[in-house]
This record gives sequence, structure tokens and C-alpha cells, in this order.
Amino acid sequence: MAGIVQFENVGLRYGTGAETLSDMSFSLAPGGFYFLTGPSGAGKTSLLKMLYLAQRPSRGLIRMFNEDIVTMPRDRLPGLRRRIGVVFQDFRLIPHLSAFDNVALPLRVAGAEDKDVELPVREMLQWVGLGERASARPATLSGGEQQRVAIARAVITRPDILVADEPTGNVDPEMAARLLRLFDALNQLGTTILVATHDLHLLSRIGNAQILRLDAGRLSDPTGALRYPPREQAISGT
Amino acid sequence: MKLRLTASPADGRILPEGRFAGPMPWVIAIMMFLTVLSAAAGLSLGTAARGLSDDLAGRLTVQIPEPNVDRRGAQIRTVTEELGRLSAVEKARLVPAKEIADLLDPWLGQEGIDPDLPVPALIDVTLKRGNPGDVLQVRKSVQAVAPTARIDEHAQWLAPLANLLNALKWLSVGLVLLMALATTAAVVLAARAALNTHQSTIEVMHLLGASDNQIANLFQRRIALDALFGGLIGLGGALLTMALVGERLSAIGSELLGSVNLGWFSWIIILILPVLGAVLSTFSARFTVINALRRLL
Repeated sequence: MAGIVQFENVGLRYGTGAETLSDMSFSLAPGGFYFLTGPSGAGKTSLLKMLYLAQRPSRGLIRMFNEDIVTMPRDRLPGLRRRIGVVFQDFRLIPHLSAFDNVALPLRVAGAEDKDVELPVREMLQWVGLGERASARPATLSGGEQQRVAIARAVITRPDILVADEPTGNVDPEMAARLLRLFDALNQLGTTILVATHDLHLLSRIGNAQILRLDAGRLSDPTGALRYPPREQAISGT
Repeated sequence: MKLRLTASPADGRILPEGRFAGPMPWVIAIMMFLTVLSAAAGLSLGTAARGLSDDLAGRLTVQIPEPNVDRRGAQIRTVTEELGRLSAVEKARLVPAKEIADLLDPWLGQEGIDPDLPVPALIDVTLKRGNPGDVLQVRKSVQAVAPTARIDEHAQWLAPLANLLNALKWLSVGLVLLMALATTAAVVLAARAALNTHQSTIEVMHLLGASDNQIANLFQRRIALDALFGGLIGLGGALLTMALVGERLSAIGSELLGSVNLGWFSWIIILILPVLGAVLSTFSARFTVINALRRLL
């Protein structure tokens, strides 16, 4: 099965320093659910940046949606970014916009009319438990509430791929479980999900999830150390 | 390029500063005030220079300095007949003695010209066209029948003034161009400042899939409105100033200064200057924002 994301011998170097990521070769299957783990500084955020098209690699080949991302003209990238939902570790909510407008932003960027925005955004805010806080600005929300707004914004367009960087870092275990159920529901609808996390408890909560492990900028034992999914379902990598 | 001056309420909320906030509209207002005054000066001086040239280009004065009254009368008749035969001449008029006396009045006093004073006869000649070939033809023909006659082109007398008006006109054009350059620089600085202020918003929109055009539209719309607002304020101030200066010029009652005025075409140019300023500002802002966005992947 062709991967929705394919990395071949990808390396990433910032400036003239040593490679942050080296020899990354893996593919993500459409509709797959993946966790990305690894110690701090292993390069998880750098890998995610390449996945949500904020960074091109220094070497290697990346294909997403059957397109060569490395050589793709810059003006074609926005169209692909709209197919990727991102939950940033620092949320990156726009501080002067309400929770409603933050969640609505991807729909508006995609050209949705105001009348087509209202209902899905209200429903999504309801789903993440913030129906009553729609008009609140991020500064008046708790860390957990901000995180839920960030997640709602990432999934509002039902992206083909959802990339989440520590999405449950600031929420209580009950909310973390609820958010994971939301991710799982999206995954059931066909969205490929990659969640970067330090929370080892999360890894067992999604039955069919597979694990990518990063150590010192290299993808290591991606199907082994923490779980043992069947080889044919695992990340087809090195 | 899509230029919409009205933003949807949602678009308007993305860049939160109040409209017409900050120094930009007022900088543009000052620039437009000076631009309109420079343009008005240039256009009116151009009109005056053109009017002066039109008035003078086809006019000559033939002087017959013959002291003997009888011979002078004969030469006047001969020259007038000769001028009448020339196809380039539209009109030839002997200046009456009374007019000559009036011309000499400041120097000779009101008692009139002494009959013994050999005052030359003057013939005003108006040519059909004012081209140099016609002037040369008249000069040759007159000097063939009256070798002592002098022919003065009016255009030559006032050439230094016409040159000065032309130079001032081009100076005004230069000032307008400098103002446009300064306005562009102010807009570029304002757009860069706005980009810095809203950098995190721009990055988020970029990562959510907003195209450079979508982001640039947010900025250019706001800057276009600021520029139009500032431009109209500047235009209003300049029109008021022009009205006051015009009133003072009329009070002087000078024929030359009276010719310093604006035609309808000049008024159209002046009235569309704020729109041109807004368009220039919009393109400058767009260029700046798109260039900055290209540094992102």
C-alpha cells in the first residue's frame, strides 16, 4: 500500500551544524495511527515541522499525497498544508481572536463563507467541552482549554493528516482520554494521525496505534521497543 | 491581484489594530498635502507658460526709426502693403500715436511727446502661425522695402520669463515624484512594522494553508484605506490653501499672475491624486508583504 507520507534517506541540518535528523526512511499508511516518542532533543519537533511543511529537508526525498514535497514549487504548498491539521506544542492561538475565531480560521483560510462556518465551529467547540467559552480570548482560558481550542482548530477541516505535538500535555487524564477518543474517531473516518508524546500511558490507549521512536535524530526500532504490532502493519522502514 | 476595500468582519478581526490608528494616515496626509500643492503649482505654471508662448509666438513689432516724417510715412505705407501681401501674416496694425505716447508716458511725462522727438513708428504684426520660417519671411520682406526697419519678436522679449516658468514647472514635477518616492518609503516602513507586529498571526495563517495573496490582501486593504483617508485629508488641506493663495493672487490684479490658473484637466489630475496615492500605497504594501512572506517556506 502506498504511504500517504514517505520519507527516504531524509536528513535535516540547521545552518552548518551537525544533522538534527539523519537517514530517516519510513512511510505512514493512509488511515494509520502513529505515536512519535523519544527523549527531549531527539528531533521530534524537527520531524513534525517537515511533516506539516514548515521545513524542507537538507537531503533525501519526501513524498506526501503522492507529490514530491522537496522540489514542489512554493506556491503549491498552501494547498497541501490545508490537508494537514497541526496541534502545536505551544498552541499558537491568535491572542486577539476569540476561541470561536481561532477554531474557524482554517475554514476561513480555505475560503468558507461565514454562514458555513458557524455550525461546525460551534459543534467542534461543544465537542471539546468549550461550547460556553466560544467568545473567550486565549488569555482568559486555562492551559488545558487553550490546548483544546488548538486541537479543535487542527481538526475542524477534517484533515487527511493530523500532526499533534504533545497534545495532552496540559490536560487532566480525563480530558486526555477524551481528546484521544476524538483523535481515534477522526482516525476511524480515515485521517492519518501522528501524535508526538512523552506520555507512555497514551501509547496503550489506541489499540491499533504504531510507534515511531526517535533517538538522537535517528529513527530507531520503530516497531519494537514499546509495542509489537504486526510487522506488516508497522511503519515500513529501516 | 484582487483588491477589496471592504473586509469581512472576520477578516477585519484578524489584524486587530483600529483603522486609521498610528501615524501612517497622517504621514500620508502631509505627503498628499505637499504633493497636491506641488502638482497644482506645476500644472498652473505649465498653463501659464503655454499661454504665454501662445500669446507671444506669433507676434512681432516692426519699428520704423526713420526720423523724417515724410519718408517715415512712405515707409509705413510700403511696409504695411508688403505685410498685407504676405500669406503668413494674419493682421498688421499701425500703433496709433496716442498708444505710443501712453507707452512713453512713464519716461517722458504726461505732457506728451515733443513733436521734434523722432519717435519710431510701430506696426504690430500677428502671424497666422508662429513658426520660425514665417518670422524669417516677414523679416526679409520688410527689410527689402525698409532696410532700416527693426523687427522684434515678442517671444524673445519674454523668453527668460517663459524659461523660468518652464523650469518651475519641471521643478514641481520633480517634487511630485520625490513625494511619491517618500510616500512609498513611508508605506514600506509601515508595512514592515505591521508585519513585525503581526508576525505570529502571519506564521499561524501560513501554516494553516493561507496563501501569500490571502495574507497580503489583509495588509494591503488596511493600508489602502489608511492611504485613501490620509490622501483625502491632505487634498482637503491643499484645496483650502490653494483657495487662499488664489484669493491673494486675484487681489494683486496682475495680468501675468492672473494667467496662473488650472484647467479642467488639471483639476481632474489633482482630484485623483489621493486615489493614485492609495493605489501606489497598496502596491508598495503588497510588494513588501509578499517579499517578506517569501522568506517563509
